[in-house]
Amino acid sequence: MTTVTAPTTPAGPATAPAVAGPAATPAARRREVPGVALGVLGVLAFLAVWEVVPRAGLVRATYLPPASEVLRTLAREAGRAGFWTAMGDTVVAWALGLAIAFGAAVVLGFVVGAVPVLRDFTASTVEFLRPIPSVALIPLAALLFATDIRSTLLLVVYAAFWQVYVQVLYGVVDVDPVAEDTARSYGLSRWSRVRHVTWPTALPYVLTGLRLGAAVALILAVTAELVIGSPGLGQEIAVAESSGATSVVYALVIATGALGVAVNVVVRLAERRLLRWHPSVRGEVAA
Amino acid sequence: MLEVTGLQKIYDAGGRGVEAVRDLTFRLEEGELVCLVGPSGCGKTTLLKCIAGLMTPTAGTASLAGVQVSGPPEDMAVVFQEYGRSLFPWMTVRQNVELPLKEKKLPRARRTTLVDEALTAVGLTDAAGRYPWQLSGGMQQRVAIARAVAYEPKVLLMDEPFAAVDAQTRADLEDLIRSVWQRFDVTILFVTHDIDEAVYLGQRVLVLSNSPTVVQDDLTVDLPAERDQLTTRSDPRFIELRAKVYAEIQAAKRGSVPASTR
Amino acid sequence: MTRVALRAGQVLGLPVVLVLVWWYASVTSQNYYLPTPGVIASTFGHVWTADRLTTDALPSVVRLLTGFALAGVLGVALGVPIGSSPRLRALTEPVLEFFRAIPPPVLVPVLILFAGIDGTMKVAVIVSGCVWPILLNTVEGVRAVDPVLADTCRSYGIRGTTRLRTLVLRSASPQIMAGLRQALSIAIILMVISEMFAASSGLGFTIVQFQRSFAIPEMWTGIVLLGLLGFALAMLFGVVERRVLSWYHGLRRTARGSD
Repeated sequence: MTTVTAPTTPAGPATAPAVAGPAATPAARRREVPGVALGVLGVLAFLAVWEVVPRAGLVRATYLPPASEVLRTLAREAGRAGFWTAMGDTVVAWALGLAIAFGAAVVLGFVVGAVPVLRDFTASTVEFLRPIPSVALIPLAALLFATDIRSTLLLVVYAAFWQVYVQVLYGVVDVDPVAEDTARSYGLSRWSRVRHVTWPTALPYVLTGLRLGAAVALILAVTAELVIGSPGLGQEIAVAESSGATSVVYALVIATGALGVAVNVVVRLAERRLLRWHPSVRGEVAA
Repeated sequence: MLEVTGLQKIYDAGGRGVEAVRDLTFRLEEGELVCLVGPSGCGKTTLLKCIAGLMTPTAGTASLAGVQVSGPPEDMAVVFQEYGRSLFPWMTVRQNVELPLKEKKLPRARRTTLVDEALTAVGLTDAAGRYPWQLSGGMQQRVAIARAVAYEPKVLLMDEPFAAVDAQTRADLEDLIRSVWQRFDVTILFVTHDIDEAVYLGQRVLVLSNSPTVVQDDLTVDLPAERDQLTTRSDPRFIELRAKVYAEIQAAKRGSVPASTR
Repeated sequence: MTRVALRAGQVLGLPVVLVLVWWYASVTSQNYYLPTPGVIASTFGHVWTADRLTTDALPSVVRLLTGFALAGVLGVALGVPIGSSPRLRALTEPVLEFFRAIPPPVLVPVLILFAGIDGTMKVAVIVSGCVWPILLNTVEGVRAVDPVLADTCRSYGIRGTTRLRTLVLRSASPQIMAGLRQALSIAIILMVISEMFAASSGLGFTIVQFQRSFAIPEMWTGIVLLGLLGFALAMLFGVVERRVLSWYHGLRRTARGSD
């Protein structure tokens, strides 16, 4: 059985036809309720819960001050010079440590990655040293440098180095052999190949390493300040805790979180800018 | 068996409605192998998804054995174009083919029989223990076909399944489809953009117009039931039908429709 | 025979050299803070007796693993529904990302305020720090389930818990494992910090005691022990990951090969 439908197709491309009534526009608008609006709603809901729970006595206010009180304390802290000095100390230690670790890791990573012999000989050492938690070095740092910024740097550099190094290695090793062969057959020198083949291939990995390293660096910076007492936000938190200034502790935690978010955002922006040319930003290799 | 009436699908594209499919009406009787061809972008995949219950049409209906399709019906199986992405990479070939049967709560003995038979039918008995990504593209598509066949559906929908496969493998797979069709006696709706394939495979060829899509023509392929890549494709009737379909599609692309003949 | 020797050389070569360098440096510099490897090795046995290991080290490790496991369960259990619903995701993502950005050790003082630092608190600290990477990675993994696979499941009528098990969790497992790996490092950090900061027992506490009383070789043995612990946990995780994700590694390998 066959059915033939004699169509009356209009000549030319499909134009916006009689759309099925009211269903379309509200549907479109519903889909467009921006994620941003929902996100803001989520934050407000969270703050509301935070406000209500201590006030309603569900948790003792001495343990968990209501959101409004903490935010007020945060505003007060932000007016204090000491707060900003501490923030500056943390940022300086973070940035310096990250820079050192990044530089060393990139150089070493490229050198070792390019030479298979070096890779084979260093693999076991890396596999052993990498999982050593940097917090294990805290007592050593405390002994050697006491509350000087160098104790922070010791921890930050050690931790961040591995994050970056591992990613750089992955990146260098990931170079497409076809691309490499093409470059060689066109007579590019070794240095040119590194510039035009190895570096662009490795760049996404290098930036992933930077992102991971930046996060870890911040964690360790604050940790060192918290436990050892070197200057920075971590130390401020420790002082606030020991003097029982609960609201201050929470306020400073929020400030630290904000710093963490800022670090994340900055690195991601850098990543997107530098990789704008890259067709497919590779996913993070489970380091 | 499969009845599509007045199917219409309008997409929301940022506030404006885009009518992908305007009015599709056709039928498939039990045991038929019908091919659907049309110019690129005419909504073939949209149509297939509506029939498969994966998408809701804006208007019109699709019915399977008299029952209207409102969600993926139980007696229907779909073979997608992207075979790599439709097979579970964490399961072996055998596990992949067996999964829908487990879901149907069939006893183990029955499942084993069905899976073995399906794998034999597609010629993959040796690869049963391998993972999909260890196989070539053509073999992966065979696994997808085996899975569909083992499911014992009444209707098999195939969405340009051989588009991403090389020409020689495609020829093998086309013959495989015909043999599977005859062996298991399923009704098959085969969507393709390849005109030669459509005429070679089908008992009927439905030609779709340009977007907004309607069924432009419905041709009966009166070639012998025993088809062969070499002889059938040089048969004068084949060439005639093929030319006809080609002319129809070209006309569809231009937006004008010639008088249809049977 | 020479292949084995070469392999052994590669694995042991650099470490041996480094140990020798350390030995040389510690002997020649006479630095009080840098004992020779020999001294450290001999002190190790004295310090970490079976008794001390069971009273200090073992409870710490148990707390670590408990916290980690709890965080895993919690993170996945919350991550799956959030990842499956775009609305829920949009609603909760900013808050969750903020919590993840807070350096975990900072939570230690916060939780101390609640009730001092006893065993349960230590586990709570670990959970509170570890759950974020697991949660967010699960959300990401669940979100990114291949739509073709999802359609396949729908057309074959695979729903409910089967779908959760065979499609969602399996498909998201690479991301979940990555989250778990990050969480493991955080768990170790938090375990040590919570004990160094304010505790009366445990691995971290013991090491800090050594440092404060200037028992340098003993302190170093503690560092070595922590290093061994980190190494052992990483190894264990690697073994589990390789098993769970064997299909994924195979898939990546073939994809890479045919690129």
